[in-house]
Amino acid sequence: MLAYILRSLMQGLVVMLAVAFIAFSMFRFVGDPVVNMLGQEATLQDRAELTERLGLNDPVPLQFARFVIDAAQGDFGISYRQGRKVSSLILERLPATVELAVLSALFAFVTGIALGVYAAIRRDGWIANLVMSLSLIGVSLPTFLIGIGLIYIFAVELRWLPSFGRGDTVALGWWTTGLLTTSGLKSLVMPVLTLGFLQLTLIMRLVRSEMLEVMRADFIRFARARGIPEHRIEFRHALRNTMIPVITIAGLQLGGVIAFAIVTETVFQWPGLGALFVNAVQFVDVPVMSAYLLFVAFVFVLTSLVVDLVYVALDPRLRAGNPAMAK
Amino acid sequence: MKSRVFGFAAALIGVSVLALGAAEARPLKWAAAGDALTIDPHGQNEGPTTSLNQHLYESLTERDHAGRLLPLLASSWRVLPDDATTWEFKLEAGVKFHDGSALTADDVVFSYERAMQPTSDFKGYLTSVEKVSKVDDLTVRIKTKGPNPLLVNNTSSIRIMSKAWAEKNGATKAQDFKNKEENFAVRNANGTGPFTLVSREADVKTVMKRNDAYWNKAKVPLEVTELTFVPIKQDATRVAALLSGEVDFVQDVPVQDIARLKSQPKLRVNSGAENRTIFFGMDVASADLKGDDVQGKNPFADKKVRQALNMAINRAAIQRVVMRGESVPTGIIMPPFVNGWTKELDAAPPTDVAKAKALLAEAGYPAGFSTTLHCPNDRYVNDEGICQAAVGMFGQIGIKVNLVSQSKSIHFNLIQKNPAETEFYLVGWGVPTYDSDYIFSYMYHSRTGSQGSWNATGYKDAEVDTMIESLSKEVDIPKRDATIAKLWARLKDETIYLPIHHQSLSYAMNTTLDIPVDVGNNPKLKMVSFKGS
Repeated sequence: MLAYILRSLMQGLVVMLAVAFIAFSMFRFVGDPVVNMLGQEATLQDRAELTERLGLNDPVPLQFARFVIDAAQGDFGISYRQGRKVSSLILERLPATVELAVLSALFAFVTGIALGVYAAIRRDGWIANLVMSLSLIGVSLPTFLIGIGLIYIFAVELRWLPSFGRGDTVALGWWTTGLLTTSGLKSLVMPVLTLGFLQLTLIMRLVRSEMLEVMRADFIRFARARGIPEHRIEFRHALRNTMIPVITIAGLQLGGVIAFAIVTETVFQWPGLGALFVNAVQFVDVPVMSAYLLFVAFVFVLTSLVVDLVYVALDPRLRAGNPAMAK
Repeated sequence: MKSRVFGFAAALIGVSVLALGAAEARPLKWAAAGDALTIDPHGQNEGPTTSLNQHLYESLTERDHAGRLLPLLASSWRVLPDDATTWEFKLEAGVKFHDGSALTADDVVFSYERAMQPTSDFKGYLTSVEKVSKVDDLTVRIKTKGPNPLLVNNTSSIRIMSKAWAEKNGATKAQDFKNKEENFAVRNANGTGPFTLVSREADVKTVMKRNDAYWNKAKVPLEVTELTFVPIKQDATRVAALLSGEVDFVQDVPVQDIARLKSQPKLRVNSGAENRTIFFGMDVASADLKGDDVQGKNPFADKKVRQALNMAINRAAIQRVVMRGESVPTGIIMPPFVNGWTKELDAAPPTDVAKAKALLAEAGYPAGFSTTLHCPNDRYVNDEGICQAAVGMFGQIGIKVNLVSQSKSIHFNLIQKNPAETEFYLVGWGVPTYDSDYIFSYMYHSRTGSQGSWNATGYKDAEVDTMIESLSKEVDIPKRDATIAKLWARLKDETIYLPIHHQSLSYAMNTTLDIPVDVGNNPKLKMVSFKGS
């Protein structure tokens, strides 16, 4: 067990280093921060001076070494755009993204499983068919369009929900939350729906097909033959066996939700990490961009680690080293 | 009877005056596409940054929405009669910073010195300055290296901060990236402006409160009690926020939404010219172009080819189709309110495909040639659309253009590299000093360490350079204007750039407001007065 975790951690570290290297070398090509940082009056001299001051003239391996050593200590330098510490910018933006991502994932997971199970059990019912057809739309509509559509219906026409931003937030230490104020909760509705929608449809379709598969298995037939009540078969036997692939996918999706909240955050002017990244890209704010990419890699490494562990917990056969189970 | 009507009217007026006098809370929410980069007054010389900061900090002079220079913190100024290299500014008495301390000459000297530091983004405006010194508490002198008749034009850009406050908070240096430390002034402000800072969350919102102790209260309406600035990057979301009433005033209205917003009874859209001209530049100097199919020659080096290109552009079509009417076609790369502009210069050659083809043939390219055009796609209004339209127009005279459009961070890099890495490009240029010298120095002067930094054309003419340099020292204004006219006549004929249009701006707002378009795109919300409602 311990060796397994250590091995996963080592793998994670290698991934992080690789991402750091790719991110770092990629930013040599996205444009020159100096051009954006100086006003239009800048002379050629000014540019040369600023390049020197930013350390952009040093050899690339030296810059990379400096970057990794600083990053390992949580120091990502100063944002070229805002003149503030990148680490504090990331910490400031983290709560917005985490709240959005966790709520979307929760929404997608709970609703997705419920609808999936329903569609599997009542596979010929008209509601199940309607849900399945709607899910096709969900898969094929781009997130951007869903977001704009929601804004026009609920903000412009009905005026029920705010079209942008996070509403009022309450600070709990360094963590700011929108969950404790009415405007904060209202602001969450549309972004959560937008971000969760695609995940929801994926999970739902996955649950349905897995469950249909399991329901055809022999042990279900035997269970029926033994006279176990139908709902008990559905929820105890079938659903439990459906969950393993669903957890895997859902876990990896959470990483994806955090990493790809960019579109949703841009549409709703949501002050999270995705929006921070988009602004950084336009300004070639290299310290922010590399810190963000490292953060995303970190989230992926972490979630796949957690998924591995949950997997082991759900499926006893995977617990190698436990003699009782090995039989 | 008459008197009764009059009395009734008087009573009505009285009531409405009372209603105004009651001064209820009048918040204003203002949205634009991008946020200020910093509120350090000398940190970033960039549009949205300036437009936010001017509400917190003020300068010796200011520009009104039409670009006219007006006194602000300085009540008057003059060049010393016995010394053409020294300007003297008299400061307004009784000006207070937000923290209550009084503005003195020391603060002005400190701020100018801060703006001249290597880390400041405003030092370009003050390159001619030798020394700034205090004469007495309300008098400041600026000594320039040589006579600089236009120094006062630059003072509207240099904002004044409190020396004591900056020293107390360790913000005596403009943003510096080397020391990896945050500067206190990046998130805190203490200016003399009409609004005081309540809170600032970069990219989220900036809240300001009316400065009830504002020294200049008598001259501005200052009816907004709370000013909130929110950046909303997505065009559709920004427009939706206005339509849903969540914001009152929107800058950067997308061209395609103007008609729709105008049709809303509760909204007003104001449009007007911006201080910015859009044009193409091309490499006129290299012996051979890399991106074309002509071997061993540079077609752009031939004036006839440039004139043919200029004639091929159908400016009216670009205005109508690409810009939906929101632009002013032009024949010169200078917006109309700049010193040196004339109607004759502004006239563009009529579109004439046959004549353009004939010119090309004369220059030795009867079958045309092919080349590459670089274009930004996120900087100017419909920049990519302009390029696409132009590519078709150049195609009509046989010049096949391969279009490369990309983000401004990459595009501007191509232009600013020395030597430039583009041979044909689109760029826009604004003139914050409202004088031709600014255009000559950056766009036409040969590339040296301190001049011609945006001249990616390789155009180099020693005589023109000398004439340009003479402008910054010439104190005799009519003589100086004559040189400007001479320069423009010559440069327009050379056709170094292909002017397209002056960019227009649109502001959308709810009908209780009437904010005029500001040529510098720095709306001045101290001037807002509410109507109706």
